[in-house]
Amino acid sequence: MNTLDQLALQLTRRQYLGRAATGIGTAALASLLAPASSRSQAADGGAIKPVAPKAKRVIWLTQAGAPSQLDLFDYKPELKHQFDKDLPESVRGMQRLTGMTAGQKRFPVAPSSFKFHQHGDCGMWLSELLPHIAKHADEICMIRSLHTEAINHDPAMTLLQTGHQIGGRPSLGAWLSYGLGSENAELPAFVVMISRPTGPTNAQPLHERMWGSGFLPAKYQGVRFSPGKDPVLFLSNPPGITADRRRAMLDDLNALNRITLEAFQDPETQARIDQFEMAFRLQTSVPELANQSDEPALTFDRYGPESRKPGSFAANCILARRLAERGVRFIQLYHRGWDQHNNLPSGIRSQCYDTDQPTGALLTDLKERGLLDDTLIVWGGEFGRTAYSQGTLTATNYGRDHHPRCYSLWLAGAGVKPGHIHGETDDYSYNIVRDPVHIHDLNATILHLLGIDHTQLTYRFQGRDYRLTDVHGEIVRGVLA
Amino acid sequence: MKPLALLVVVLTVGHTVASAQESSNSEPLRFNRDIRPILSDNCFTCHGPDASHRQAGLRLDVREQALKPAESGDAAIVPGNPAASSLIARIESKDESTVMPPPKSHKRLSALQKERLKRWIAEGAKYELHWAFATVEPVALPAVNLSDWVRTPIDRFILARLEQSQLTPSPEADHATLLRRLSLDLTGLPPTWQDIEQYMNDRSTDAYERAVDRLLRSPHYGERMAVDWLDAARFADTNGYQVDRDRETSAWRDWVIRAFNDNMPFDQFTIEQLAGDLLPNATLSQRIATGFHRNHMMNEEGGIIPDEFLAEYTADRVETTAAVWLGQTFNCARCHDHKFDPFTQRDFYGLKAFFHNVSERGVGNYGAPIRINNPPFIRLPTPEQEQKLAVLNQQLSGTKQQLATSAVEPVEQLNEWSQRLLATPVLWQTTTPLRVDAGKAKASVESETSAARVEFPDAAAYTITLRVETNLKRVSALRIECAEAGMSGSARWQDVRLQLAGEKPSAKTVKKLRPAESGESIVMAEVAKTLDDNRVTFVNVSPKVDNPVWGAFELIEPIANDGDQPLQLEVVISAAYGTGPLLWRVAVTDAAIDLLVPEAIRAIVQSEPEKRSAADAKQLAEFRANSNPLRRELNDQIADLTRQIEAIERDVKTTLVMDELPKQRDTFILMRGAYDKPGERVTATTPAVLPAMSNDLPRNRLGLARWLVGRENPLTARVTVNRLWQSVFGTGLVRTSEDFGSQGETPSHPELLDWLAHEFVQSGWNVKGMMKLIVLSATYRQSSARRSAAADPENRLLLHGPRFRLQAEFVRDQALAVSGLLVPLIGGPSVRPYHPPGLYEQVVAGSGANTYVPGKGDELHRRSLYTYWKRSVPNPAMLAFDAPFRETCTLRRPRTNTPLQALNLMNDPTFVEAARFLGQRMLRDGGDSTDTRIAHGFQIVLARQPRPAELAVLKRAVERTRQEFAADPNSAKQLLEVGEARHDTKLDPIELATWATIGSTMLCMDELITKN
Repeated sequence: MNTLDQLALQLTRRQYLGRAATGIGTAALASLLAPASSRSQAADGGAIKPVAPKAKRVIWLTQAGAPSQLDLFDYKPELKHQFDKDLPESVRGMQRLTGMTAGQKRFPVAPSSFKFHQHGDCGMWLSELLPHIAKHADEICMIRSLHTEAINHDPAMTLLQTGHQIGGRPSLGAWLSYGLGSENAELPAFVVMISRPTGPTNAQPLHERMWGSGFLPAKYQGVRFSPGKDPVLFLSNPPGITADRRRAMLDDLNALNRITLEAFQDPETQARIDQFEMAFRLQTSVPELANQSDEPALTFDRYGPESRKPGSFAANCILARRLAERGVRFIQLYHRGWDQHNNLPSGIRSQCYDTDQPTGALLTDLKERGLLDDTLIVWGGEFGRTAYSQGTLTATNYGRDHHPRCYSLWLAGAGVKPGHIHGETDDYSYNIVRDPVHIHDLNATILHLLGIDHTQLTYRFQGRDYRLTDVHGEIVRGVLA
Repeated sequence: MKPLALLVVVLTVGHTVASAQESSNSEPLRFNRDIRPILSDNCFTCHGPDASHRQAGLRLDVREQALKPAESGDAAIVPGNPAASSLIARIESKDESTVMPPPKSHKRLSALQKERLKRWIAEGAKYELHWAFATVEPVALPAVNLSDWVRTPIDRFILARLEQSQLTPSPEADHATLLRRLSLDLTGLPPTWQDIEQYMNDRSTDAYERAVDRLLRSPHYGERMAVDWLDAARFADTNGYQVDRDRETSAWRDWVIRAFNDNMPFDQFTIEQLAGDLLPNATLSQRIATGFHRNHMMNEEGGIIPDEFLAEYTADRVETTAAVWLGQTFNCARCHDHKFDPFTQRDFYGLKAFFHNVSERGVGNYGAPIRINNPPFIRLPTPEQEQKLAVLNQQLSGTKQQLATSAVEPVEQLNEWSQRLLATPVLWQTTTPLRVDAGKAKASVESETSAARVEFPDAAAYTITLRVETNLKRVSALRIECAEAGMSGSARWQDVRLQLAGEKPSAKTVKKLRPAESGESIVMAEVAKTLDDNRVTFVNVSPKVDNPVWGAFELIEPIANDGDQPLQLEVVISAAYGTGPLLWRVAVTDAAIDLLVPEAIRAIVQSEPEKRSAADAKQLAEFRANSNPLRRELNDQIADLTRQIEAIERDVKTTLVMDELPKQRDTFILMRGAYDKPGERVTATTPAVLPAMSNDLPRNRLGLARWLVGRENPLTARVTVNRLWQSVFGTGLVRTSEDFGSQGETPSHPELLDWLAHEFVQSGWNVKGMMKLIVLSATYRQSSARRSAAADPENRLLLHGPRFRLQAEFVRDQALAVSGLLVPLIGGPSVRPYHPPGLYEQVVAGSGANTYVPGKGDELHRRSLYTYWKRSVPNPAMLAFDAPFRETCTLRRPRTNTPLQALNLMNDPTFVEAARFLGQRMLRDGGDSTDTRIAHGFQIVLARQPRPAELAVLKRAVERTRQEFAADPNSAKQLLEVGEARHDTKLDPIELATWATIGSTMLCMDELITKN
């Protein structure tokens, strides 16, 4: 082999290496080498250089099932005078309803049965259900005017995560891991953790597509961390194979694979060797991460009674902080069980028991470590809930149907206005009256905070340059610090 | 800087196939190859086919339009005169406000691209019909220098192109590599020991061809070919949305395997799948084939709007058909005219009209009593089931006949009963609850309401066992009431059972019940659903405040209490999907059964007979007719037969199919694709830009299918041979095998693509013939070892043989095959192999109900295309190796290389178990020495002898591993316990564990999971 060939082969190897493990440097190199054709750029992937990012990572606390904005964030004191009165038709308008309440004869207004108080210097009104989150009111940037297109869980969650109601497109985390790569070569760039509700409530199903890579290569999909022996699938060696034996076996394997590399000169073989080494490192780094025995008792006090139970939202919040400390780019938690069509007061109470204290603790922890400055927190669900009661309304009980026309979601941390409320809804939290924010706008803003122009992060598929925000999305300047 | 400069050179050489031709400046530029890609990518969005978004009245994809003066008065293109062409002025403009493409488009032309546009205009700005739309014509074979190398016409095209770049083909791969490559390509399995011996010992000149023929005859060929087709057809075992319930379509999957094995011509393969049901005298097999277009996802979520999802299903069919047969991305045209290709929104809905007449509903059949499938489907009873059903159905119709002819009640009898009814009130006595148990559900007895309060913690199924007491001496009927407990609650009431307290439930002790007339809360037909002792049928109970619901049951044999103690009864209620608390209450009566009547009947009886309306009299007569003892007996028989029939029907397999409504649905252009914004009405038509459908073809799916495989259609044959090529070489001649439009890549060997397409049609769409032609070529037989990294790094010129990692399915299939564990059964329902625990529980609805339960025995070791495919949680090992979710049509899988794949190969019990059995084969059949055993292993997994260096590595590994296990024998035993399959226990555990470890190392080798 001549010198030129050797050099080129090494380059190809390095490219494979780079694509597999690291981020910006290699991506920039790739764009330097093949700037002419966006076609090859798209095929190679990852040529995004973030511009002045405010956030280095995101912790997305997804509340699956759609929490009621009326009982948590969007304070409507006047509604108590409207108890059991019909929602005015002028408010309801011609909007479509789900098949669950479309047949209902009346739409009786159900004021929240929970008290709200003002918190922090900013005086943000928050529900009594969220005492721990409320302590961080001055950190929170509340969006009260988010709206979505879908009216059922599956399409709405798919839209929130992938920018499209029907499956097949990459999730936000996959876009980021494609665009930015990982900061930590020992851990995946995109980690997903799921918790089930502790209370008796309706837990809607989730789908792998919500953290899938769509048409992006599979290596960009979210890696699910689960409680138990194998936080990452197939992480543990089989019984009888110690770490030393695995190391020795890998040395044998590497020796064999190097013989293959010599014979075929295929850079894929070098990449394979590297990936086995990466797998070996994961076998150490992930258990070290997941093993929380090095956490002081204070941690568990802070995150609350559920935090010692592996797989709980609280335990996942501790893990989220540990992942953030290790530079994982996109950490997504899903907590299920917010679908309170009936018995909302008891259901939402138990959901808040699951999530409020751990969320507050996570904010405290990040702040103490200085990580809140470059970590973006997102807390919310796939749509809101109706002001009118689904099913029987009594003085102490009610239910709420799906409501895509407006809902609340909050951000905190890197680059967002602290102690701020963006947007406003009408007296029934039924329609937006000021500063509407669409899901695409939210995603454009999240990308902006990470230093990415959402119109630039594209991937060529079926002849078209796709992006997370489709052909939409305006950065919500009002929430930027 | 210097190395970088070198590198740029390297990349340019290998970058695109076209760039090599750039150097020969004498050859004029070609529109399709050199110009269309530039215009399409940078200009067509605003100056292309989409009229509604066209800017400045300028259209660049059609020559006449591009030459006409635009709104500004300037002509974009003046042939032969770049200086006068405003297109050139605009692309060279330094002014941000006039430069094209505009900065906000984020598109930028390179200097080379600008130069090409200029040269092309100077050369006369000749347009070509988009290459993919041109008729497929016979192609002359090119002349080549190295003609000895040529084995098939394919090789002439490949060689001519290599020679043009001053390259020479690679030498032929060695026998072993070739046989393994061939086996993997044609069957997805490595060669067996016998295959290798037979091939190595075959000295005849046509040994290779004979091996090809043998593999094409293997039943595993159909399985291998089916895998790609299942991706295209988005085949899965579940419905995909929300709760993601199962469906049954394995009969369709087996049809595909059979069709490939029988070498069904591709035109027939097309027609039967798109329109088999519309063929004259369609056979069962032809109807099963139509499952192709029922494989899309189906939504069953409560509260969805059916029309919205009906629009999704039909759009999916349009997009899938266009992608699979036409290689076109029609999804763009759903909302607006296509931006890059000449397809309009009208074309999209014209195609939709073909697929819009299926008797389906937008919302699935969630909770369907018997069938899991959403209609339309067909039943596939076994002969045995068919026979049983015939007997039962005959009995049923006989009993019904008897019922119809049984006598009408005499007037005197009616009068006697009426008097008795009016004289005797029916008294229901609420029983006293003694205790209640409902497993994990919170349950307690409430004395003030005489009810059992049960609170369901989740959607799982609960059995409520309620003990009650009554002073009645005789119980002829009971009423079970369900009331709200202060806040709303609901449940599915699935089953009920009654027995005396303290008795063990058995056929003797469980009291026979039947639905009773007792008012209207739950009608009799509904009540019957709680009596069939299966959890599939149920009554939804959702009581309102002060408005309980109840069902009444009569005892076929009343209970008499002769003792002194009150009578204690046990009522067992099964319920699921509960929300909130509910009160369950039991009332009993000793009234004569014939006095239990609905209020409406009682009211009629109370009225004077002379004053009754005809309708009332008729209703009363019918009610009485059904109440007489013989008729009641007959009705019981009918109910019993119906239950037996349903029990068998529940086990009858079905499969999803297409059908055609007698009256066609109207199809409208949907504005911006929105289901509720219909525009103009359209009829079934094929896309305008393609050759028209002949007049004698029917305007239905059958006509469409025949048009797709018609002689005039330029796309189907090209697209199909390209995919076959892709399956062997890893990359199609057109890399973008799903997109033959102007944004797709132009073919690396356009003439070869056309030659193959022409040949394919000429051969009668012979798929096996095409596969054979490809694998017989010298091109295919080349060694895949690279001689230099610089030349053809992506192997688009086919300077080397194909080398790439196996598809997800074949990685696992190979491990099963080489370990000897593979169960080579063809077809049947999908199976559940090993799967990590806990994966479903985190994400699925309900608790417990949706756990993954691995199969037993053979099911653990079937080929991967039979693995149960749940769309919301696909098999993680398949996903790790780049299998798609199967939510939409996939024609090309990416190939990634990740640490999760490495973990899978090392630690997945599938591979750990396979490694043990591979180890066992080496140990038992590999002779007595370490050398021979390793050699035996290499023969099994790679069909070759180990290289000395490889042997040395593994010999050292054997020694070391053996010592380790000898020092820690317990760990050896542990390793041998992974998986269900039983190994030979006579073998020494330390030896077996040692060889299992060697087996694992082999299964992880790059060369093993790669086709070399």
